[in-house]
Amino acid sequence: MDSHEVDAQAHSTAEAVARRSYGKLVAFLAARTRDVAAAEDALSEAFASALTDWPRNGCPGNPEAWLLTVARRKMIDSIRRRQSGELAAEQLLHEAETFGPDPADAEIPDRRLALMFACAHPAIEAGIRAPLMLQVVLGLDAEMIASAFLMSPAAMGQRLVRAKNKIRQAGIPFRIPGREDLRDRLETVLDAIYAAFTEGWIDAAGTDVARRDLAGEAIFLGQLVTALLPAEPEALGLLALMFYAEARRHARRNPQGDYIPLAEQDSALWNQQMIDDAEALLLRACALGSIGRYQLEAAIQSAHVARCRTGQANWPAVVELYDALLSVSNNSPVVTINRALAIAETLGATAALDALPKTAADARLTEYQPYWAARAELLARTGARDEALQAYEIAIGLERDPSVRRFLQDRQSSLENCPARSKHSRRPGC
Amino acid sequence: MKYLLTLYAEEAGWSRMTEAQKQQGVAAYNAYSEALKKAGAYVAANRLQPIATATTVRVADGKPQVLNGPYADTKEQLGGFYLIDVPDLDGALSWAARCPGASHGTVEVRPIWEYTTS
Repeated sequence: MDSHEVDAQAHSTAEAVARRSYGKLVAFLAARTRDVAAAEDALSEAFASALTDWPRNGCPGNPEAWLLTVARRKMIDSIRRRQSGELAAEQLLHEAETFGPDPADAEIPDRRLALMFACAHPAIEAGIRAPLMLQVVLGLDAEMIASAFLMSPAAMGQRLVRAKNKIRQAGIPFRIPGREDLRDRLETVLDAIYAAFTEGWIDAAGTDVARRDLAGEAIFLGQLVTALLPAEPEALGLLALMFYAEARRHARRNPQGDYIPLAEQDSALWNQQMIDDAEALLLRACALGSIGRYQLEAAIQSAHVARCRTGQANWPAVVELYDALLSVSNNSPVVTINRALAIAETLGATAALDALPKTAADARLTEYQPYWAARAELLARTGARDEALQAYEIAIGLERDPSVRRFLQDRQSSLENCPARSKHSRRPGC
Repeated sequence: MKYLLTLYAEEAGWSRMTEAQKQQGVAAYNAYSEALKKAGAYVAANRLQPIATATTVRVADGKPQVLNGPYADTKEQLGGFYLIDVPDLDGALSWAARCPGASHGTVEVRPIWEYTTS
């Protein structure tokens, strides 16, 4: 091999290790000290050393162990640099005890799940849990995360640093909670994963690399949780939900890039394998006999998929699922909106309008596009043309995806040009 | 806090559009302004005439110099602005992402310098 090939091989080995084991190494390095930032720094220095060392001396047989040894040395060096004398000696002794023998030949224990529980701890600000997990467990850089979450890179960087400091200073433990707390605490982990997924889901066309990758990364985290906690129904439900959504990705736009709502999608374009996997996961979850938000959401997706395929309407079942979802989600306005759209199919548009949440009750709704899109659709169906046109106007103004914006504009103009009652039964936001 | 959103885009892109696309584009901006007003975030907004109409002025050694053309020759040109009032940068960024200009150009978000009146 020439030097160029050797370099390339070292790079691809390092990349594969990063993908496979980044979080495992951070979790191991930071497990006792809880100093996530120091572990990340040491690990990135170790990766940098690898890229100079491996091309010269060949890739080691166990790259993870090699990186771990180097990163631990870096951590100890940095303690030496920061402190001197007795304190340093004490600290180093503590480090040595902490790490125990070098796990060069042994299996590195997988503590990623414990790390995820630390990142999604209730003491960590809810909005930063998903970004923190993406960075610490998967090694994504702050800039990409910031862009995906529509935040300034500087602000995102600061919040991540603050959250890591909190883990260290507040003594947030790296452990998997005991039986009694597991369900509650797992929910925060799953919510963070789903938040990452929905950020990635917004970019249906898959044109924004940061967003598209985010959906994949979230699925990866979901698979990790189900692999490590195979008997947790909600974890299985979340993975099923993400699979259902992901399976439809390519059907959500036509070749011209126009938005296609669920009811008009060509189900031949759905990823069959992914839907089968989702169905199997959902069955496994339901067999465990403990219902929850993610299983209900996945069941609703399952019903939509079945209807689109068979043409057999099952709206009453969907409404029932939404009723159950509403009771486990503290009357979430988002659930209320979707439930109203399902009610439109069973009891009609007027009943559905009554079932929509009231903007007065939740000011955030005035900036929530799906609320206005749903309202516009339902008003149009009841024949309240002018009000519907106005609601479309707000929905268009709130939409950030140009193809969905065009779709809503087309709906608005067709309503304007044909004052007759619309017969459409589309569901915005699918 | 007030933020100025400045909209940059290639002017040529506008002239390449069909009449129907232009109408749809203008309608999207109207809807965006409407949504800002509904949310109580709208302060002001204006669209600028094309850069062909731009003139720059600077005073050097006491003499005003008037030059034909825009201040900077860039790939994307300043085409308009929105002045909005929102709680913080996150709010400003989410409105910037909804701006139709963000999907065919670039929207710069900058906080307004607030003078404290004593």
